[in-house]
Amino acid sequence: MNATTSATATVNERAQTALNDNFLRNAVKFTTEKLRTGKLTASEELGNWEEWREQGRQIRLHTIAHLDYYLALFVQNVRRQGGHVHFAADAKEAIAITMNIAKEKQTRSVVKSKSMLSEEVHINQVFAEHGIEVVETDLGEYIIQLAGETPSHIIIPAIHKNKAQVAELFSEVAGERLPADTAVLAGFARSKLREKFLQAEIGMTGCNFAIAETGSIALFSNEGNARMVSTVPKTQITFMGMERIIPSLEDLEVMASLLPRSATGQKLTVYMSLINGPRRSPDSDGPEELHVVIIDNGRSRQLGDPEFQEVLNCIRCGACLNVCPVYRHIGGHAYGWVYSGPIGAVLTPLLHEDKELANASSLCGACYEACPVKIPLHNMLVYQRRRNVEKALTKKAEQLGMKAFQFISSDHRLYRRIVKAGRLGQKPLVKGGVIKAKFGPLKGWNSYRHAPKLAESTFRETWKALEHELQQDLPKMSPELQERMSNILKERGRTDG
Amino acid sequence: MKVSMFITCLSDAFYPKVGEAMARLLAKYGIKLEFPELQVCCGQPAFNSGYWDAAREGAKTILQAFRDSDFVVAPSGSCIGMVHHHYPTLFQDDPKHLAMARELIAKSYEFSQFLIHVLGVTDVGATFPHRVTYHPSCHGSRLLGVKDEPHMLLSHVRGLEFVPLPFAQDCCGFGGTFAVKVPDISGAMVTEKAEHVLETEAEVLVGLDMGCLTNISGRLHAAGKPIRVMHLAELLYEGVKGGR
Repeated sequence: MNATTSATATVNERAQTALNDNFLRNAVKFTTEKLRTGKLTASEELGNWEEWREQGRQIRLHTIAHLDYYLALFVQNVRRQGGHVHFAADAKEAIAITMNIAKEKQTRSVVKSKSMLSEEVHINQVFAEHGIEVVETDLGEYIIQLAGETPSHIIIPAIHKNKAQVAELFSEVAGERLPADTAVLAGFARSKLREKFLQAEIGMTGCNFAIAETGSIALFSNEGNARMVSTVPKTQITFMGMERIIPSLEDLEVMASLLPRSATGQKLTVYMSLINGPRRSPDSDGPEELHVVIIDNGRSRQLGDPEFQEVLNCIRCGACLNVCPVYRHIGGHAYGWVYSGPIGAVLTPLLHEDKELANASSLCGACYEACPVKIPLHNMLVYQRRRNVEKALTKKAEQLGMKAFQFISSDHRLYRRIVKAGRLGQKPLVKGGVIKAKFGPLKGWNSYRHAPKLAESTFRETWKALEHELQQDLPKMSPELQERMSNILKERGRTDG
Repeated sequence: MKVSMFITCLSDAFYPKVGEAMARLLAKYGIKLEFPELQVCCGQPAFNSGYWDAAREGAKTILQAFRDSDFVVAPSGSCIGMVHHHYPTLFQDDPKHLAMARELIAKSYEFSQFLIHVLGVTDVGATFPHRVTYHPSCHGSRLLGVKDEPHMLLSHVRGLEFVPLPFAQDCCGFGGTFAVKVPDISGAMVTEKAEHVLETEAEVLVGLDMGCLTNISGRLHAAGKPIRVMHLAELLYEGVKGGR
């Protein structure tokens, strides 16, 4: 990571770096196109996608609205099955809990399956500081771990890397030149990671969904690494966001229909595992101890907030990233924190800190359209912007401009005068029917385009003459149309009442 | 029956011909359009930037302007989308204006919606023998739900060779203030959109929103590839005018 991808750079600076990196842009474009096309195909194949989405939304809304109840039920059931549950208010507490367990087990190495929450908490760093080896077993996470980077996509952490770069990374570990061949590279990772699975004292997982009524942890993985991490090591630690919970196994069926299709276009991930406590006889594998660490880290702050509570519905599928044109052009690192894309732009100011990400959006709404649980991310970005305005975090020039806009947009006579003045003012700038000048407010626009000129007369200035002309020869409205429009009015009157 | 033109600030000041095309086309059906002059701007630029107090003033003026209208038509899915999708939020604590907003929502239409759903017209009798591609504006299609209407209208235009735009549903990068505040990402997006447009080898790019069309045509122009960019109303009116 260079200076402009670090957290101290602004969003614009990080975006600039990304925009100048054609390699990154091509890599991200290639994969997001595959993923979003896959989602469309998979959702069409399932059929009734909108109904499934609404079901998913209702389940998540209901669960979050009764989060305390379902968490209590889940905890009860985990403990009933012999698992331990810990609550962490923030990253500091999550780390303390984890390190206590690690110390107790005299841990020298840990194998991890994918957990974005563990990235929030920076647990890998802490392990390293304590001389404990951590190995990411998800192939994408393993790649970026070797590269010393953070994930740049919620589902495909190494989306910004190509085969050649992976071959280079793996070759260094192998101590020999490995070809940029998928089968060879995957085979190398598998053999390397297999050793680690067998050595590790602790297996760490994330949690796709906690099932309240059974006390189960549901894990979706394609590589089987989550299953292995939760089977071989003697101790399992599961990091669970406090909102990653659903009431029942019936609800899991809905999520299992939505999540893989939305994330990668698969009907189902290769493995869907349900963990119900530690090993019990006569089980021949599984951890002897299971520790679930339920982490808040800013999530509970959204409860009761009518504008942002729904953000807790997120099932971390990454579909919003795959359709977001901004993400496609700047990649995940430009967002500066763990979560990128539209969900990242909304979550980062809520859980972490930021005052700019909400601006990096054209509000196109593709994210909302793609979200399998219908989170109105596009509206939430506007709410973030409004909060920034309320906290006086926006530029003075913009504040003044908006004040002017307020006056102009509510006074048509003032508006007409402004346009007239504009027409005079633009005269020296108009060449060949367009404005190409690149100074002041025109700089951004005209760095990529030509700007239109104000028309010689506004529509409203020409209206009187046009109205007069049209009225001269106005054909008589057909009786059918007359009736049709009257019926619409009648219908409207009925539904109004 | 009062049918009012909601010209939108962009068309009023930059593209009056779009309004003229609409007025002339609707006149064919015997519609005597009215123009309430109080109107200026729906308030979206301020709303989207988070300045809701400023947005409310413009929005109230719009509510007032169209108070007595039976039907309101605009050459923009974005502005009508603002009314339908965001006015209830903007006035959620103001019962008087919330009621006016709900009334306006019930009677306001984007141009192609008005033709299809109010007039019941899918064939305006136009001839336009050119290769045409269509860009569906995000707010119109996602906020307002305008998906099939433009295609229904274009499919009946005689001689028109329709070529689908690759990744048509991708945002063109305008986003109103976004293009000015975050110019480099916006520039990357419009460059991508313009490339797709050129891939179609169309003579004409048609759309429902002058914001998007200004953005894309501005990019094409700067790239030295000024294909003709038209609002749907302009295309249909030209097709009808010529056919006489």
